[in-house]
Amino acid sequence: MTRWLTKRLLELILTFWGITIISFFIIHLAPGEPISPMADFNPKFTPEMRERLRAQYGLDKPLYIQYWRWLKGLASFDLGRSFAPDRRPVWEKIKERLPITLLINILSMAIIFFVAVPLGVASAVREGSLFDRITTVLVFVGYAMPGFWLALLLMLLFGIKWALLPISGIHSLMGYENLSLWEKCLDWARHLVLPVFVSAFGGLAGLSRFMRSTMIEVLRQDFIVTARAKGLPERVVIYKHALRNALLPAITILGLSIPGLVGGSVIFESIFSIPGVGQLMWQAVMARDYPVIMGNLVIVSVLTLLGNLLADICYALADPRIRLGRG
Amino acid sequence: MLKEIWRHSLGLAGLSVVLLLVVVAVLAPFIAPYNPYAINVEHVLQPPSLAHLCGTDLLGRDVLSRLIYGARVSLEVGIIAVGISIAIGVVLGALAGYFGGLVDSLISRLIDIMLCFPSIFLILAVIAYLEPSIVNIMIVIGLTSWMGVARLVRAEFLSLKEREFVLAEKALGASAPRIIFYHILPNALHPILVSATLGVGSAILVESALSFLGLGVQPPTPSWGNMLTEGKETLEIAWWLSVFPGLAILLTVLAFNLLGEAIQELTDPRRKHR
Repeated sequence: MTRWLTKRLLELILTFWGITIISFFIIHLAPGEPISPMADFNPKFTPEMRERLRAQYGLDKPLYIQYWRWLKGLASFDLGRSFAPDRRPVWEKIKERLPITLLINILSMAIIFFVAVPLGVASAVREGSLFDRITTVLVFVGYAMPGFWLALLLMLLFGIKWALLPISGIHSLMGYENLSLWEKCLDWARHLVLPVFVSAFGGLAGLSRFMRSTMIEVLRQDFIVTARAKGLPERVVIYKHALRNALLPAITILGLSIPGLVGGSVIFESIFSIPGVGQLMWQAVMARDYPVIMGNLVIVSVLTLLGNLLADICYALADPRIRLGRG
Repeated sequence: MLKEIWRHSLGLAGLSVVLLLVVVAVLAPFIAPYNPYAINVEHVLQPPSLAHLCGTDLLGRDVLSRLIYGARVSLEVGIIAVGISIAIGVVLGALAGYFGGLVDSLISRLIDIMLCFPSIFLILAVIAYLEPSIVNIMIVIGLTSWMGVARLVRAEFLSLKEREFVLAEKALGASAPRIIFYHILPNALHPILVSATLGVGSAILVESALSFLGLGVQPPTPSWGNMLTEGKETLEIAWWLSVFPGLAILLTVLAFNLLGEAIQELTDPRRKHR
């Protein structure tokens, strides 16, 4: 396990380094410079001021020195200041928005896991049945469903037509302060139902389909035949023998789905007006707020990287071949 | 037997919708009942009727005509973006699989790194610098979606490069590019085709999401995504503005996915029984 973990951590560092290089490359991809949006639209901007600003941002230095500086800043969470009028440090802006995005993503991952796995297993066990066909069709529709359209439809039905659920923000605007703690939680939960559902929907289709095909494969193997031949009840064969083997790859798939899930935050957070990292990214792109865009990109990718590592560790803990160091 | 028919009917349905879309997109000017850009202030926000089958929008433009022209945008973006991603994926995957060693490690690591970026964030970051336009969207989607193809081609090459026909070619002194493109690649065409078909669907999804966010195809050019932006603003008074464009995206992506699956099943005997 230790050897495996060391190797994995080394890879992680390499990947992290790659992420910073690509991000830095994108920053310098800009025709003009990172400061030009500030300068270009400001008639009072003289060439001297531009030079001073260039020096201030270190843009007059060679590229590798700039990269090194940027990396050093990154190490102390110094991602520069926003171009927005408030000029606040980028990390502060991201930090206050991270919890809500993480909460929604973790909730939807949990939902994906606990709904998709039973669904996939049930389909696989009844392969070819009516139930299996209906879920297969639903999965295909789920795959093709644009998340933002699903969000609109749900808003139309639950928010406007039946007026059951709030459709924007994370808590009520009126009278929220006067609610008791319990009522506040309830208020939050009501606001989170639609966003979490939308965020989980796409991954649900992917994982249940994957689960189904893995289960079908496992159920064909010899040890299952043996287990059945021994006269074990079907329930034990499926849930103990087959499911355990099929669950392992599912953990990896769930880990791999993190980038997509986090990327989805941009879409549903801007639709449901949720003040998370995704909405910040969208607003920053609309306003060409480059330091915030880059800060977001780096932070979100690093989080994804950590999420993948977590999934890998779960996998290793679940797989005796790795856990016992024979992998 | 029943299962076979069921399987194939889904694939056929996908194929028919894709063909229909291509026809609609190509013949848009002849099929569209109205000019998709024609503003008509007297017919603003009309619900679906015989004159306007999908209703009219905030500026009185015919929604059906805009949907038909939107098919052009979606297919263009989908196909060209996938073309770019296949080109990059095939070249990098082939290099990694054929040469192995350091080349393989470098390319594999690049794939891992690219997969760590949530692609929407990466696309948005690049778009922010490049200005949103149809061409930029195609390029950026292509540049951020080649990893799957690269992995697939790499795996195919790894399994094919030790086979006798390749070794024979090598012994005969054939050059690396000749072996790669002329002898090995044709064997990997089917999985690439499958991945391309599925890729068109997901590229269309990404384009529509970007356009919906106001960062993709810009109005007045109609795209299904930016039509939905308007649909969101009028959600309470005009359901048809948010229902029809979304349905168009859903059906199109569904059709490409079904077609891709069908091709996979027809060309890959290992998966036939599923």
